[in-house]
Amino acid sequence: MLNEFVSELPYFGLCLTGAVYVAALALYNKTKWAILNPLVVSCAAIMVFLLVTGIDYDVYLQGKPRGDGTYDGTGAAFFQIMLTPTTVCLAVPLYEKLAYLKKYPLAIFGGILAGAITSVGCVLAVSLIFGLNHVQYVTMLPKSITSAIGMGVSEQLGGFPTVSVALIVITGIFGNMMASWIMKLFRIRHPVAVGLACGTGAHAMGTSRAREFGEIEEAMSGLSVAVCGLITVVLAPLMAGIL
Amino acid sequence: MKHLSQITIIAALSLAGELLSYLIPLPIPGSIYGLILMLILLILKVIRLPQVKAVSDWLLSLMPVMFVGPTVALIVTFDEYKSFLLPLLIVATVTTVIVMAVSGCTAQVLITRSERKEDRDAE
Repeated sequence: MLNEFVSELPYFGLCLTGAVYVAALALYNKTKWAILNPLVVSCAAIMVFLLVTGIDYDVYLQGKPRGDGTYDGTGAAFFQIMLTPTTVCLAVPLYEKLAYLKKYPLAIFGGILAGAITSVGCVLAVSLIFGLNHVQYVTMLPKSITSAIGMGVSEQLGGFPTVSVALIVITGIFGNMMASWIMKLFRIRHPVAVGLACGTGAHAMGTSRAREFGEIEEAMSGLSVAVCGLITVVLAPLMAGIL
Repeated sequence: MKHLSQITIIAALSLAGELLSYLIPLPIPGSIYGLILMLILLILKVIRLPQVKAVSDWLLSLMPVMFVGPTVALIVTFDEYKSFLLPLLIVATVTTVIVMAVSGCTAQVLITRSERKEDRDAE
């Protein structure tokens, strides 16, 4: 019944998404615990809400049904429409950080390339060990890069984009939480190297951690997110042919 | 009307990116072509930073919210991932540590080497 009621209302999914995210962000800003990442908390809260109330995922995502199998687009998908333009805008922070690229070109490209190859190599190794099929393998290939690029890569290669996004988010949170420990364990001290490790391994969430380390770390991490994403766009289709 | 012109520039680059993705038979999403186009136009100063900066910052700040919808889909796509939950978990954790260590160590070795070379050249 709640589902029938909500199905009469445009803007339900849009408002639910916005309101829950704002609340989750406030919670994170208060606690600063990496595990309370606003994206994770809001997704979990909305999943529980939909499961408990029995509201259709399609109504939440796409808005009010028109009765002919289409929807009015006022659900959470409203935000998704902006994903491609937002990915295009990643060029802006990349352009602003180009000066760093000129200072340590070899170390930056070498570090990011090594990380990107390690990432797809590990995914291949895990897939072989567990005997996974092609679809499962390509779903995991873009795991270290920003969801904006990773979701598109997964889709283009025939993976499950939704699962890729979840994997990318969990990767980011894990990298964010483990960053200090990893830097200590592997004696990574140079600010440029620390930033590269954060951005290459844990994309935007690594960058938010790198911001706490320092300005150079943050800039390098932001640069790595874009460069690693671009390298993986080329690398993933090549790797996809292997399994 | 400042924002309208910024939105239009960004939308036009998205459209151009999608067009390239449609024309070029490679598995590369249109957004990537758009990103590269925008970067080239910024470097060539065809587009100046202030012409896209405000809307770009606004969009980038909203980015996480754009993934809420697709992630919530996990409640209806359980069949897609239930068969490989353990590999997914390993890839998300163990692999992440390895990737961060490899990229950080590689970069540090390369930086130390180039700085040493600079010192030698200075002597």
